[in-house]
Amino acid sequence: MDLLSLTAVELGTAIQQGQTTAREAIEAVLKQIDKTEEILHCYISIDRKKALEEAEGVQRKIEAGELSGPLAGVPAAVKDNLCTEGMLTTCASRMLGNFVPGYSAEAVLNLKRAGAVLVGKTNMDEFAMGSTTETSAFGPTRNPRDPERVPGGSSGGSAAAVAAGECFFALGSDTGGSIRQPAAYCGVVGIKPTYGTVSRYGLVAYGSSLDQVGPLGRTVEDCAVVLEAIATHDRKDSTSLAREDTDFSSALEENVKGMRIGIPRDYFGPGLNGEVKSAVLAAAKRLAAEGAWVEEFDLGLTEYAVPAYYTIASAEASSNLERFDGVKYGYRAEGGGSLHEMYKKTRSQGFGPEVKRRIMLGSFVLSAGYYDAYYRKALRVKAMIRRAFDEAFARYDCILGPVTPDTAPRLGESLADPLKMYLGDIYTIAANLAGLPAISLPCGKNGAGLPIGLQLTGDCFQEKKLIRAAYTYEQAVKKGGQTGDEGI
Amino acid sequence: MTKEFETVIGLEVHVELATATKIFCGCSTAFGGRPNSHTCPVCTGMPGTLPVLNRRVLEHAVAVGLAANCEITRHSQFDRKNYFYPDNPQNYQISQLYLPICRDGYVEIDTPEGEKRIGIHEIHMEEDAGKLIHDEWEEGTLVDYNRSGVPLIEIVSEPDMRNAGEVIAFLEKLRLIIQYLGASDCKLQEGSMRADVNLSVREKGAAPGTRTEMKNLSSFRAITKAIESERERQIDLICAGGAVTQETRRWDEAKGTSFSMRSKEDARDYRYFPDPDLPPVHISDEMLEEIRSRLPEFRTEKMRRYREEYDIPEYDIEIITGSKHMADLFEATVALGSQPKKVSNWLMVETLRLLKEKELDPEDIRFSPSHLAALIDLVEKRTINFTVAKEIFEVMFEEDVDPERYVEEKGLKMVSDQDALRKVVEEVIASNPQSVEDYRGGKERALGYLVGQTMKAMKGKADPACAGRLLKELL
Amino acid sequence: MAVISEETIDYVSILAKLELSPEEKEQAGRDMGRLLEYIDKLAELDTGNVEPLSHVLPLENVFREDVVTNGDESSMILDNAPEQRDNMFSVPRTF
Repeated sequence: MDLLSLTAVELGTAIQQGQTTAREAIEAVLKQIDKTEEILHCYISIDRKKALEEAEGVQRKIEAGELSGPLAGVPAAVKDNLCTEGMLTTCASRMLGNFVPGYSAEAVLNLKRAGAVLVGKTNMDEFAMGSTTETSAFGPTRNPRDPERVPGGSSGGSAAAVAAGECFFALGSDTGGSIRQPAAYCGVVGIKPTYGTVSRYGLVAYGSSLDQVGPLGRTVEDCAVVLEAIATHDRKDSTSLAREDTDFSSALEENVKGMRIGIPRDYFGPGLNGEVKSAVLAAAKRLAAEGAWVEEFDLGLTEYAVPAYYTIASAEASSNLERFDGVKYGYRAEGGGSLHEMYKKTRSQGFGPEVKRRIMLGSFVLSAGYYDAYYRKALRVKAMIRRAFDEAFARYDCILGPVTPDTAPRLGESLADPLKMYLGDIYTIAANLAGLPAISLPCGKNGAGLPIGLQLTGDCFQEKKLIRAAYTYEQAVKKGGQTGDEGI
Repeated sequence: MTKEFETVIGLEVHVELATATKIFCGCSTAFGGRPNSHTCPVCTGMPGTLPVLNRRVLEHAVAVGLAANCEITRHSQFDRKNYFYPDNPQNYQISQLYLPICRDGYVEIDTPEGEKRIGIHEIHMEEDAGKLIHDEWEEGTLVDYNRSGVPLIEIVSEPDMRNAGEVIAFLEKLRLIIQYLGASDCKLQEGSMRADVNLSVREKGAAPGTRTEMKNLSSFRAITKAIESERERQIDLICAGGAVTQETRRWDEAKGTSFSMRSKEDARDYRYFPDPDLPPVHISDEMLEEIRSRLPEFRTEKMRRYREEYDIPEYDIEIITGSKHMADLFEATVALGSQPKKVSNWLMVETLRLLKEKELDPEDIRFSPSHLAALIDLVEKRTINFTVAKEIFEVMFEEDVDPERYVEEKGLKMVSDQDALRKVVEEVIASNPQSVEDYRGGKERALGYLVGQTMKAMKGKADPACAGRLLKELL
Repeated sequence: MAVISEETIDYVSILAKLELSPEEKEQAGRDMGRLLEYIDKLAELDTGNVEPLSHVLPLENVFREDVVTNGDESSMILDNAPEQRDNMFSVPRTF
């Protein structure tokens, strides 16, 4: 059996049925890592010994009947901003280059409870700030679909590892599109759940009011199953919700009959690449053919989401990253000096340029005299954006659009112009500002063979509608073959 | 110069709340323990950790606000105050700026000019910082986060005070209210109550001057001295044609002077913003009523009740109710069946004497009501005499011993054996012919001496009244 | 294009505890100028009647009970300390 051709759920089922073992699964993944990791650099750290031990342990439990479920024994990767007890957690920063937490993120604990086997910690943009995984202090990750291109970011390592078969699924975090955008660039599926659905405890904070942990996988089903496993109410996170509707796999049905889907005209303006546009519209057509009721509408305020987002995220980041000061953990600059010299040297040497840029911007927008004009203004715009979505969801079950304006850029193209890079987040950011769930799934390829992503955004708590629509589309493509626009 | 200056003083009072755990994590707030033994990833600012509010902190803060006649903010939130210092592990303190839990209250104080109302601008909840310890070996500083995250309320007064006397009266009043609530023990020396003084001077009738903030005041004495010193410093500056700089100053108790805490690294721009990790707090009508219904009997009501229920002097009532702890002790002892007057006497005379001698507050009293009741009972039943009782009380005050057990162990019971007493009295008469003569010659005082001699021979274990009767009989 | 003054950059780097080289300062001034100019786009919107929204979910009153749940975890807490002594974190002198 070619294990690597299986989805996470197929593998989990095969393990449950005794057709293969957790050990064979992890060995297959490690073998694939030997083949591709040197070029792709999906991971910051891999603990082979621990992974093999874990697989053995899980296998024993499965055989003893103590562990069942679709993720038991399935090799998984975790973004390196999720704390893992006893394992290096760096946030791709020199600042945490040696940090080994004594606790695990709740999402990681949930994966372990489900029996997933942790392969390693994936590469990312430093402290999740970036859209290409090039701001990592440990070097960039390359896109498995085209190694000359970036995998996207900030969860680029997670998306690339899934696409390359270096794991069966992965966890990422999404503050402004950091799960959905790399999923689109790498041709995999990613879900950013409703804010509060997955505990943020143990996720190293970037923009606390926007951050959510979510799954990346090869199929909608894999993502639904993983999200079901990690979505729990956690009393350690005051913003964690007690939801009773987290049986997301129950939404895996091929049925969009009567579903109302809105396409915001604002998303299809001049900034959008033509091939992306036609692939996304073709996907809408296919959903309509499956029985959905699709229409265009004006969402509004689209152009204000990015400036509001960068104000809020940078402000929160400037505060969240104050704790990295060389006192309690992580990097401390050599050379003595006074306390404040130590702080400044440590932080200047420990953080990379993009992180410093956002800390500076964030400190400025919160500083005396600017708080109202920038930060509070952005919170008011956030309220308006939320209201615009409320109006839209009064009419539609979900909103359909592109994930990104274009396909994956080449390495080195993006960092030169930060503002241009930020504008690339235009379609994903609003979901974070409004706390909404959104899914990114492949909807074909461009002429160069690069994956194109389709985004479905739902109202708060409506993940099931998104999963149902995405699953229906995915199955329809599988059954119906390819249309011209959707490529392969 | 004949200019007349007026001092304008406002206070920022930090009070450590009496909770079992810290404000945002399940670590103990107990004092002591080795450094960092009461810490966890949350209160040491580890990456990825998050705060969860301790319900008791909110309840205490609201109760203090109600007792201080404040308006309770129904929709409140926490904000981050950003500044770098190693005692603050996140480099931001979770506090409240925009929507503090209580606002616009007042307390009344007694001044030589009569009752005066001191306004309370706001009360907010926040977390305490860790402790910095000078490392003598390395010329560095060591950080202990055991106190990091201990819950505080900060009570900000209006600038309504004009002299040190009013400041002390205000602090004493606050302390009493908070102690009555059981929200804190409010000990200045131990830092569970800390007052920062905001002071400015102005010519009588003129607009307020620039104020300074004085920190590190750990006793009423230090507060009084610091106010005097800062008032003079500001007046001298103004009279010399200078200007007061708005700044924070640190009081040095040993040197009796204050120093500016300004530094160029200190931009004093805290970049407050709502903490995204903590959802807002909504005080519903039900919650408010629940907290209000649990408010204790405060001093004025207690004094009224004591007048009605107990036959004790007004002065005693005032002293006893002046400390929640003493009032509790009094009531608990009376509840055990002791006579109120007797209990009050022990508190007013021996207890106050020992507190003064040992420079302690009434809150430091450690003996238990049952032991005081037992001691009163022992005297009542004439098992011991009053002199012995006082000695036992001193031990009880220190170690809270059980007086009955103590009397037993030390053999302090009065000798009730009349024959033994008679024998000693006869001996005393025989060996003090001069006093016997004096007594018989009409000098009543001589009898006292003979009683004393008898008590001495009996090692204090006799009833002096009994000895006196016997002496009279035999003489 | 707006460039943020060196004084402002110096001030913000004190707040942010960052030490920038002359080139970095110049770059930061340009970057921040450009970003702020872009953010100024928000001023186009009339937000006069809109309350700022910090918490996107209608969550409130999330509490824990006042019960001690943590023991002595100091060895784990100090495990990552760059410098420590006597079970405490060691930093350059503050006194």
